[in-house]
Amino acid sequence: MSFRLLTAAVVSVAMTAPAVARDYVSLAGSSTVFPFATIVAEKLGQNPAIKTPIVESGGSSVGKKGVCDGIGTQFIDIGNASSRMKAKELKYCDANGVAVTEIKVGYDGIVLSNSKKSPLLEISRADLGKALTAEVPDASGKKWIPNPYKKWSELNAAYPDIAIRVYGPPTTSGTRASFAELINQKSYCGKDKVAKALSVERGDKKGKKCRAMRTDGAYIEAGEQDNLIVQKLNEDPNAFGIFGFSYLDQNTDTVQGAVLDGVAPTFDAIGSGKYKASRALYFYVKHAHIGVVPGIEKYMTEWTKHWGDDGVLADAGMIPMSKVERKEMMDRMNDLPVLKKGDLK
Amino acid sequence: MTRSTDGGLLSSQEAAERVAASLKKRGRSERRFQYLGIAAITCSILFLVLLFTGIFSKGIPGMFQHYVTLEVFLDKNRMDPQGDMSPDSLYTGDARGLVNESLMSALGNPEGRKAKRAARSILSSSSPSRLAEFAVKHPELIGQKVAVKFAVDDDIDSFMRGFISRETPESDRRINNQIIEFVDRLNQASLISYEFSDYLFSGSASRDAEIAGIKGALIGSIWTLGVCLLIAFPLGVATAVYLEEIAPKNRVTEIIEININNLAAVPSVVFGIMGLAIFIIAFGMPRSIPLVGGIVLALMTLPTIIISSRAAIRAVPPSIRDAALGVGASKMQTILHHVIPPALPGMLTGTIIGMAQALGETAPLLMIGMVAFIVDVPGGVTEPATALPVQIFMWADFAERMFIQKTSAAIIVLLAFLITMNAGAIILRKKLERRW
Repeated sequence: MSFRLLTAAVVSVAMTAPAVARDYVSLAGSSTVFPFATIVAEKLGQNPAIKTPIVESGGSSVGKKGVCDGIGTQFIDIGNASSRMKAKELKYCDANGVAVTEIKVGYDGIVLSNSKKSPLLEISRADLGKALTAEVPDASGKKWIPNPYKKWSELNAAYPDIAIRVYGPPTTSGTRASFAELINQKSYCGKDKVAKALSVERGDKKGKKCRAMRTDGAYIEAGEQDNLIVQKLNEDPNAFGIFGFSYLDQNTDTVQGAVLDGVAPTFDAIGSGKYKASRALYFYVKHAHIGVVPGIEKYMTEWTKHWGDDGVLADAGMIPMSKVERKEMMDRMNDLPVLKKGDLK
Repeated sequence: MTRSTDGGLLSSQEAAERVAASLKKRGRSERRFQYLGIAAITCSILFLVLLFTGIFSKGIPGMFQHYVTLEVFLDKNRMDPQGDMSPDSLYTGDARGLVNESLMSALGNPEGRKAKRAARSILSSSSPSRLAEFAVKHPELIGQKVAVKFAVDDDIDSFMRGFISRETPESDRRINNQIIEFVDRLNQASLISYEFSDYLFSGSASRDAEIAGIKGALIGSIWTLGVCLLIAFPLGVATAVYLEEIAPKNRVTEIIEININNLAAVPSVVFGIMGLAIFIIAFGMPRSIPLVGGIVLALMTLPTIIISSRAAIRAVPPSIRDAALGVGASKMQTILHHVIPPALPGMLTGTIIGMAQALGETAPLLMIGMVAFIVDVPGGVTEPATALPVQIFMWADFAERMFIQKTSAAIIVLLAFLITMNAGAIILRKKLERRW
C-alpha cells in the first residue's frame, strides 16, 4: 500500500519536474576555460540577487556540441571552448535550429614543460611538430612513413639525448586541437619544404593530416587533468608535458616552460603575441535562452569586469585581449550577431 | 586400501612409508599456502597504510589554515547603506574599504599604489563578506572596534607552509618581495595564526582555495542519497519479497532473476547515460539536480538491495511460515508479520552497503551534469547540487597549490562517512540478528 503511494509520488514528481523552470545559467565545455568561467560565475553569484551559474567541464567538444544539442532548459545555455567552432560543428547547430553568438574572452598559451631538475629545452616549433606528428616524409622525401624519431637528439644534435616522451591532453581537448593545428600543421607541415610538398601531393594542401599525433608511445594521452601531467613531470624528469599556461604559472617552482623559437612562455610574451603557441578562448551563447533563463546577460557583463589587464582572470593565468578586441566583444554582447558559416574561415 | 602403481595391493609397511613421504610434501605445500596467504594480507595492509599515510599527511594540514587578526571598526553607515542589514544592502556596502583600512594601519600605512596592491593581496578576497557575516552575527558590536580573523590568500598560506621558498628568484615566485616583507611584519606582530579551518565545513565550492569548503557538496550528497534511499529501499524490498514469497517459480521469474544479477555487474556510468537519455532528454528534467542523481543512483543500488534482501528472506526458516499459515494467517499476514520482521536486519545491511557505494560514485553523476562547479548550497532536490566525491575529483584538478591539501581533507571526510555507514551496518546486524 505504502509502495503504491510511493510509486504515485515518484511518478508525480517526475511528471511535474519539467514545470520547474531553471533560474540559473548552465555552462559546460573546455577544461581550459573552466577555471576562468568558474571565477566569473562565482563573482557573479556574490550578488545576492542572482543565482550562481553552474559550470561543467568536459572539453571543448562538449561545450560546442552541448550548446547546439537543442533548445530547452534541459540543455546548457553557454558552451565554453578553447578552439574555434568548425564549419562541421556549426552545421550541427543549424540542424538543431540553434543560433549562437561567439564571444572571445582572452588567450591562453600552450606550453611544453619539463621538470626543473632537467635542463631547459630550447626548440623550434617546426622541430617540435616533427617530433610529435604521426607521419613524416622518409629520407628521400618521396613517401610518408610512421614517425621514426625516438630521441630528441635525432632531430638536431643540440637537443637533449633523451627519449621523446610527451604527456598531453586527449582528442576531446581544445588544447590538443590548437597544439596540433599551430605546431604540427602550421609550423611543421606548413613551413618544412619537404613535408609541404608531400602534403600537397597527397591532396592535403593545408596539411590537415599532419594534425594527427603519434600513437607509438612518444605522445601519451594523460586525460583532461592538467595537474596530473604536472605531477608526472615531477616524477619523471625526462618527460615533457603539454598544458595551458595557467598551470605553468601556478607551478613555476617545479616546472619550466620550453623556449619556442627563442621566446620563453611568459605572461608578457604570450600577451604581446611574441610567443606563438597561443590560442583564443571562446564561449558560445545560445540566443533562444537569452531572456528565458535569467542571468545570461549578467554573466556576459561579468566577464567584462574581470578580463582586463589587472583583473582577477589575469591573476589566474588568462592572457587578456587588447583594448580594441575587448571593445569589439562588448559590442557583440549587445548586438548578438548570429554566428554564420562565413565567419569561420 | 592403497594400490601400488601396477595395480597390486601394497603391504601395510609400504603404504605407511608412502604416506610418511607424502606427508612431508603435503606439509610443505600447506606451509607454502599459508605463507602466500600471509604475504597477500601483508601486501594489502601495506597498501592500506600507504594510502592512509598519504591521505592523512596531506589531509590533516588541509584542515588547518592561516588567519590574520585585524582590528576593524564596524561602521554601520558604510557597511550597510540601506540600514536593514539585508544581504542586498551588505553587498552594496563598503565592507571592503573597512577591511583594507585596518589592514593598512596594521602594516603602518604603506605609501604608493604598488605597496598597497601588495598589502591587499595578503588577505583573501572573501574578507569583506566575512566582515559582513560577522556584523550580522554580532549586531551588538556595531559601532565598535573589534578584532576579526580573516583568512589569508592561498598564495600566502602556501608561503607560510614553506611551499613557496624565499630563495626562488622573485620573477619565478608567485608572491613578490614586498608581500613577503609585509607578511613578516604581520608575523612579528603575531597577528598571523594557524588554526582549524572554519571554511572547510561551512564554506561551499569556491575558486579561492582558502575559502573553499565541502558544505555544498555534503548537503548535495545528503539530498541525493535521500532520494536514492526513498526509491531504492521500498522498490528493492518489494521486489525481493515478491520474487521470494509470491511469484511462481517459472521461466519468467528465472529470466527476471538472471537480469537482476546481471544488472549488478553493469558499469555505473551506463546508468548515468540512461539517466541523461530518459530523465533529462525525454522527461525534460533540469540537469545537475539531486532528484535525477538520486533516481540514477537508486537504479544502480537496486540490484544490491534486492540480492541481499532475498538472501535475508531465504534465511527465515520455512517452519515459521508454516506455523503462521497453520494458525490461520493469510499469505499477506505471514509475509508482513512473520517473514519481513526477522529479515529486516539483513535487508537494512544490504541497503546501507548499497548507499555507501552510491555515496562514493561520480561516474553516473558525470552524465547528468552533477560534476560541475556549483557554489550555492542546494536547498532541495530540484536545485543544482554536486556530491562529495565530485568535489574531491574537481579539487584534484585545480591548479592552486592549496587545493591539494583540501582534496585530501575532503577525502578524510568522505572516508569518515563511509566508515560510519559500514559500522552502522555491522552494528545493526549484530544487534537485530536472530539465530534460529
